[in-house]
Amino acid sequence: MSADFLSQGLALSIPELILAAGAMVLLMVGVFVPADRANATVTGLAVALLIAALGWMLFIGGRGEAFAGAFVQDGFAVFMKALTLIGSVVALAMSVGFARAEKFDRFEFPVLIVLATLGMLLMVSANSLLTLYMGLELQSLALYVVAAINRDSVRSTEAGLKYFVLGALSSGMMLYGISLIYGFTGHVGFAEIAAALTGGERSIGVLFGLVFLIAGLAFKISAVPFHMWTPDVYEGAPTPVTAFFAAAPKMAAMAMFVRVVMDAFAPVTADWRQIVVFIAIASMLLGAFAAIGQRNIKRLMAYSSIGHMGYALVGLAAGTLVGVKGVMLYMAIYLVMTLGTFAFILAMRRKDEGNVENIDDLAGLSATNPVMATVLTIMMFSLAGIPPLAGFWAKWYVFLAAIEAGLYPLAIIGVLASVVGAYYYLRIIKLMWFDESVGGFLPVAAELRLVMGVSGLFVLGYVLIGGPIAATAEAAARTLF
Amino acid sequence: MSSTSRPAREFDHMTITISHYLTVSALLFVIGVFGIFLNRKNVIVILMSVELILLAVNLNFVAFSAHLEDLVGQVFALFVLTVAAAEAAIGLAILVVFYRNRGSIAVEDVSMMKG
Repeated sequence: MSADFLSQGLALSIPELILAAGAMVLLMVGVFVPADRANATVTGLAVALLIAALGWMLFIGGRGEAFAGAFVQDGFAVFMKALTLIGSVVALAMSVGFARAEKFDRFEFPVLIVLATLGMLLMVSANSLLTLYMGLELQSLALYVVAAINRDSVRSTEAGLKYFVLGALSSGMMLYGISLIYGFTGHVGFAEIAAALTGGERSIGVLFGLVFLIAGLAFKISAVPFHMWTPDVYEGAPTPVTAFFAAAPKMAAMAMFVRVVMDAFAPVTADWRQIVVFIAIASMLLGAFAAIGQRNIKRLMAYSSIGHMGYALVGLAAGTLVGVKGVMLYMAIYLVMTLGTFAFILAMRRKDEGNVENIDDLAGLSATNPVMATVLTIMMFSLAGIPPLAGFWAKWYVFLAAIEAGLYPLAIIGVLASVVGAYYYLRIIKLMWFDESVGGFLPVAAELRLVMGVSGLFVLGYVLIGGPIAATAEAAARTLF
Repeated sequence: MSSTSRPAREFDHMTITISHYLTVSALLFVIGVFGIFLNRKNVIVILMSVELILLAVNLNFVAFSAHLEDLVGQVFALFVLTVAAAEAAIGLAILVVFYRNRGSIAVEDVSMMKG
């Protein structure tokens, strides 16, 4: 254990170290700044920290493995970490106005977001089951508290409780799987597990472990049949928290999922492919059908996210370079669409009712607030996958990968599910443009306008800027193979 | 392992193999999972079930570690213990704020949101 070895590892993990040390400093800042300014100050500093970590990782930090192979910073990790950090920064920036209006503007909130993001970065970089577990728990423990952050609200605390119980169960199942994998291969490092599985018979114990591990991973990306917590947590948690849940943790969990199955379990692709195909189909179908009857827009977005995770898994099921590239682009585009939509949901404020969440409140919005209505129309068309918007290209990449891998039934079911899913997106558009107005919303805060504008432009202009993004994703995906 | 002072009896010759440990931990795990799903009374019981699951996992890790003569499993078990403590603390804290709002911790009362 030479000094060189340690310093090289520390140099690679500087983005994580920035967040870890920064979170401690923020706690002190929060204590010493007067209470009425604490949340705004700490939020600003937290955003600066996250951007510093992002900048260091993209422009200064090196690439490679560290800590005896337990931590890896490769192209794939950098791409997915960039998405995670962007999701955290935007969700945090969008929270300020809402937190003040709804009176949960405590400085602990940005600190918890920074800690959760630190856990996510570790999940993306995990190259051993131990790192993966520690990163996952750091993220989950912070998220349980964040879901219940509005501690005077029954719905928020109930969301936190439900998320905690089901999250602890899924962590337990995942750990049980990890213990079996450790026992039957003798290793926890991904490379060593892959080496142990190459050639020779795979034992039934490893297969059991793999199933339990995938169950835990599926919970974190809220794929069917482990999606039960999603609608309740999305509805009950305060809206900026929901926006955060829909953006950053999904990126990190999907990255972790991809790395585990493509790295450690690459020799048994045929085994995990069956499971991934099943959860992809189940998620796409449930996302399409269960969303139809929803009246609450946050709940609707929860079912929508279940469906979208199903589409992303279609690319993973292919198990090829094109498939992984498809998953990465799907997640990137989904991140933009979901942040844009949640910026809109946060802007749904009326003068005397405060924030409203019902879909019926959107009726006739085109008459009272045409710009907002246009942005949401773009987002909904994109989520439904209408060409030439970004959401169409996302689905294009993953279905193309599935067809190249010969998974025709999966691709066909996916296309059919997206047709069904289009119904509820189009219903919102119909409501806004063709129904009687029920009153407009208050003027939109500047940061929400910025997020809506940028994501709207991205979705509209993806046709023009998609080439370089896809090339970046492909180069990043190549580091996994 | 063998006792020298007592006369040998039937069970003294039985060695405890890895599969015995795995069976016990599998049973504990299943009891924990059922405790979560079949319990209709109290959220505290759910927390106890979660602890049971984590203990089953630790038993697995330690047994495998001894079996493989590899220390990683025991290190992992220590990490799991630490995380389990943090998880219990956070779980109880969330339960307390929920109780303050709702006035009950019965499982059937955790049902504001449905569908």
